[in-house]
Amino acid sequence: MDITVNILLTIATAATPLLIAAIGELVVERSGVLNLGVEGMMIMGAVGGFGAGYLTGSPWIGLLAAIIVGALFSLLFAVMTLSLATNQVATGLSLTLLGLGLSGMIGTSFVGQPGVRLPNLDIPVISSIPVVGRLIFGQDPVFYISIALTAAVMWFLFRTRTGLTLRSIGDSHTSAHALGIKVIRYRYLAVIFGGACAGLAGGHLSLVYTPQWVENMSAGRGWIALALVVFASWRPWRVLAGAYIFGAVWIGQLHAQAFGIPVPSQFLSSLPYLATIVVLVLISRNKRLTMMNTPASLGQPFVPDR
Amino acid sequence: MMRIELVKRPQRSALFSVLSPFIAFALTMIAGGIMFALLGVNPLDAFNIYFIQPISEVWQLHELAIKAAPLILIAVGLSVCYKANIWNIGAEGQFIFGAIFGSIIPVLFPQFEGPLVIPLMLLLGMVGGAFYASIPAFLKTRFSTNEILTSLMLVYVAQLFLDWLVRGPWRDPEGHGFPQTIQFGDSAVLPELMPDAGRANWGFVFALVAAVAIWLMMSRMLKGFEVRVLGSSPRAGRFAGFGFNRMVFFTFLLSGALAGLAGISEVSGAIGQLQPVISPGYGFTAIIVAFLGRLNPLGIVAAGLVLALTYLGGEAVQSALGISDKVARVFQGMLLFFVLGCDTLIHYRIRLIGMALTKANGTAQLEAAPKLEEAR
Repeated sequence: MDITVNILLTIATAATPLLIAAIGELVVERSGVLNLGVEGMMIMGAVGGFGAGYLTGSPWIGLLAAIIVGALFSLLFAVMTLSLATNQVATGLSLTLLGLGLSGMIGTSFVGQPGVRLPNLDIPVISSIPVVGRLIFGQDPVFYISIALTAAVMWFLFRTRTGLTLRSIGDSHTSAHALGIKVIRYRYLAVIFGGACAGLAGGHLSLVYTPQWVENMSAGRGWIALALVVFASWRPWRVLAGAYIFGAVWIGQLHAQAFGIPVPSQFLSSLPYLATIVVLVLISRNKRLTMMNTPASLGQPFVPDR
Repeated sequence: MMRIELVKRPQRSALFSVLSPFIAFALTMIAGGIMFALLGVNPLDAFNIYFIQPISEVWQLHELAIKAAPLILIAVGLSVCYKANIWNIGAEGQFIFGAIFGSIIPVLFPQFEGPLVIPLMLLLGMVGGAFYASIPAFLKTRFSTNEILTSLMLVYVAQLFLDWLVRGPWRDPEGHGFPQTIQFGDSAVLPELMPDAGRANWGFVFALVAAVAIWLMMSRMLKGFEVRVLGSSPRAGRFAGFGFNRMVFFTFLLSGALAGLAGISEVSGAIGQLQPVISPGYGFTAIIVAFLGRLNPLGIVAAGLVLALTYLGGEAVQSALGISDKVARVFQGMLLFFVLGCDTLIHYRIRLIGMALTKANGTAQLEAAPKLEEAR
């Protein structure tokens, strides 16, 4: 029983950064912007969060720093693609490349240093109820943030006027502009929100998942988050489901390695990446579904005429 | 608050299409200088060590050519993809598979020697790279799966596969347990161009030949025209009878084969055996090279040399100043950012608005006058 609970807990921990980053990117893409820099913003959040936590000794300050660093880094992308109308694919890629380099440089002195870890929630009595206690009341704080964030984004996108406006911008920026909606302003806010989420996801990696700094520690999670958004056909609750499926694959292969299954560890390690490809193929096979859900002006630059 | 406003130029600015890479480079130097100053190093000293000292002697130019060769080879292939608006970003994986396929002969059949070995290895390398690139191409054409994500995911898979090979079945049994294959035999090593002067090998020649060949294709042949039409307007391309799916395969196989050639050239020429890591991110840096070279094969040759210098400079500042060689990555990333930003100048004039309301109104009226003229 305990083992099952432990496995479920680790799956939740593995799924949380994927979920947060993907939810952020979902809002960005719903506004019609494709930011391929998730991996870069995530790793910057990870190094910023670790650094701030390590220097101040407070994991909470670390988490806050991760969010701020992610948001600031995404601002770079926003200025380029929204104000200067650069190619979104190329700019997103360069954000990732710059983030991987910059984080490696900043983090040189952090390698091998002991980090600080955000403590798990621990409510006396309730958290020690068998099974349910730890699963519901005994996880790390970011887990609860991730669930709340998903619910909030669902409510925002589909139950508020602003959310409706955001979605309309993603579907046709020209029409939205003609209606007098500030397309560029909405997109700036969406991109910065996405950056803050990616930063938070990175902070979770270096402050909860493995409280230390390792170069390239995001290990492609930013890219998997991007794939999750496609997999979820831009629906928040499907992102939640997808993140947990991937969390399970990630943990499953680690456990398989630990049990000494006679398959080379490298093959098991490549499972999350192969699973991403398989899932993308399955979802994109249904062309009608994908066409229907993809924000129609996704990835197209917009220059308002006066 | 200050606001940036873009005003579309009536036609693309010839001046800025030439100038923009240079402006980008200058801006990178300024940003880099600030970065060095923040790290507590005199920027001028750092620039001297980073950009000048690594290429002040002949043997160092050879090292530059060694680093530039894979970058140019990969980037010219990618430039064709990007011109066609097809996004292969998994060249790093295709590089690795080229290296693996090409290494089949020297690792599994070391007794096979002679002048045929190298050509066969190069051919296998190209086949390996093209094979690996055909996976995202197939998925895109058959299931319309996003090629950006699939080609990138395959990079991780390729890295793990190489890791398994050199630690498992291909490990040198007499290598004291080190994760590496046997050293390639003499006839499997790509010859050096001028052994007396430096280490540069034939890989650099391949890069130059590929650049010229692709330049000819893009500017003088129907295929190049097809790439450009499908890239700028898929609809027009369809009317002209150019097949989009065929184009996806063509660009992926071409760029994959060139990345594979780069991979086997690197392993056979510069390294001499397979190791768990054979590339300092050439496949990703080549994306920067392609854009810095304005997706023009001849521009890419120049851009490849510049980016190769950032690698050498990174190593130089690490040994001379104790700064992490990751500084190279930062320079490369900044360069790409500035290039993309400066390219905006080709199609738009940039105006800063919002210092003072009255002033902005004044310029708006001034702007309006010639527009009225045009309207008449």
